[in-house]
Amino acid sequence: MYFVVQLLNGLQLGAIYALIALGYTMVYGVIKLINFAHGDLMMMAAYFALIAMAKGAHPLLALAISIIMTTVLGVLIERIAYKPLRKSSRLSALITAIGVSLLLQNVAMLIWGSGAKTYPNLQASLPSFNIGHNTISSLSIITVVLAVLVMIGLYFFVEKSKVGTAMRAVSEDMEAAELMGINVNHTISATFAIGSALAALAAFLLCAAYPQVTPYIGAMPGIKAFIAAVIGGIGIVPGAMVGGFILGIIEALTKGFIPSQYSALSDAVVFAILIVVLLIKPSGIFGKVQGEKV
Amino acid sequence: MLLDVKNIAIHYGAIQAVKDMSFTVEDGEIVTLIGANGAGKSSALHAISGMLRPSAGDILFQNESILKEPAYKIVQKGISQVPEGRRIFANLTVLENLKMGAYINKNKSQVRQDIERTFERFPRLEERKDYRAGTLSGGEQQMLAIARALMAHPKLLLLDEPSMGLSPILVQEIFRIIRDINEDGVSILLVEQNAQLALAIANRAYVLETGKILYEGEAKSLLLDDRIKQAYLGG
Repeated sequence: MYFVVQLLNGLQLGAIYALIALGYTMVYGVIKLINFAHGDLMMMAAYFALIAMAKGAHPLLALAISIIMTTVLGVLIERIAYKPLRKSSRLSALITAIGVSLLLQNVAMLIWGSGAKTYPNLQASLPSFNIGHNTISSLSIITVVLAVLVMIGLYFFVEKSKVGTAMRAVSEDMEAAELMGINVNHTISATFAIGSALAALAAFLLCAAYPQVTPYIGAMPGIKAFIAAVIGGIGIVPGAMVGGFILGIIEALTKGFIPSQYSALSDAVVFAILIVVLLIKPSGIFGKVQGEKV
Repeated sequence: MLLDVKNIAIHYGAIQAVKDMSFTVEDGEIVTLIGANGAGKSSALHAISGMLRPSAGDILFQNESILKEPAYKIVQKGISQVPEGRRIFANLTVLENLKMGAYINKNKSQVRQDIERTFERFPRLEERKDYRAGTLSGGEQQMLAIARALMAHPKLLLLDEPSMGLSPILVQEIFRIIRDINEDGVSILLVEQNAQLALAIANRAYVLETGKILYEGEAKSLLLDDRIKQAYLGG
């Protein structure tokens, strides 16, 4: 039973990683940029929701507000920081992304202080079940179900809709896409908008489970979600989903089954997996080995 | 006049690829730009489709300057380009490639009709419609690239080296298709290294060398011109 509970914890954590990883992977797919500010965007989303709730908004309304504000912020970041660098080297854009990451952390610190702010305890207001000696919160189940539904929706959007197909076309050949009359700037903005909205949802679900917000809460989940995206195959939407769940489950099981004084080891395991994946199959689980374009 | 390119100059950094180049395309014509590698043929096409900004001059399409328009708007105005090397979306299916070609067309039932018409013209593409475009042969990919460009209903079709990498039989087939498209009323601006073929199909031609126009005239008379024969047609 203990195993099942830990597995569910892993799925819950994995769902959150997967939602964040989708933002990394979609942006990478379209403009080949590792958006290192993505985790910090998620942190901003957590503050947005926190403020809305502090002003008396219902948690769901706060989530909606947070999604809208984060989406706007994500699109603005792309327009201001990344778009001018679209034709420069990928390294310049990568360094800029790290700069944006630090900027967001410091802006958050400036506005809200560096201390931890307590998030309303949403988990307590939801029912929980006892199975044997273990308690399962319905938040875990809601998180997993919601994330899976969003991912299925996203998958069909990318595979079947006109805008989704345009995203794949831009991802493959930006110039050729432009020659088809596709507005590449709009397509890239749409990609950032979707990634940001998913990050806001992830932030809400994360803070519902771990009710504390600091300017640094984006850093670790951000890096882990990035690892999830790499494990699944960066640029590939189903890869981010699977990678996220794999990572969450591994992390929860490591935490659950090693003595608690070594629990920090779970992060080491996660990074070790990244190294193994990069050694064995650098293109990730779903990645195709691609020849150089001539 | 459909297209009027006036005294354009194009720079890549410090290198000047096109110097003071002017040419025109009339309604219904096939016009070809021929010349060796690096003569500025592709650069001129890219300037028309909006992928490159000329540093001087103007480009008029149906008497309206398109010089400052972004590439995606130029497609809406009626110019489509079949890029060099085909540039189909290899990971998209054949059908998805055609739908991307029709991206600017909001009328879904018309897009469906256009796809049917495309399949009548290119039956091979219908057989392969659900396959990834990257799995097609070179000739099929070139046909897909042309079919995709036609989905936008262009008035002017820009073709960049359509014969490249194809067997002689396929080249014949592609050029038959180009003539066909022209007979349907689409004007064509063709860039080709295979000058013989290009001159055989075109109404008029411009001969380019190091970014400038050297000769211009009726394609048939250029075919017989001794200077052209020596330099571009292998004696």
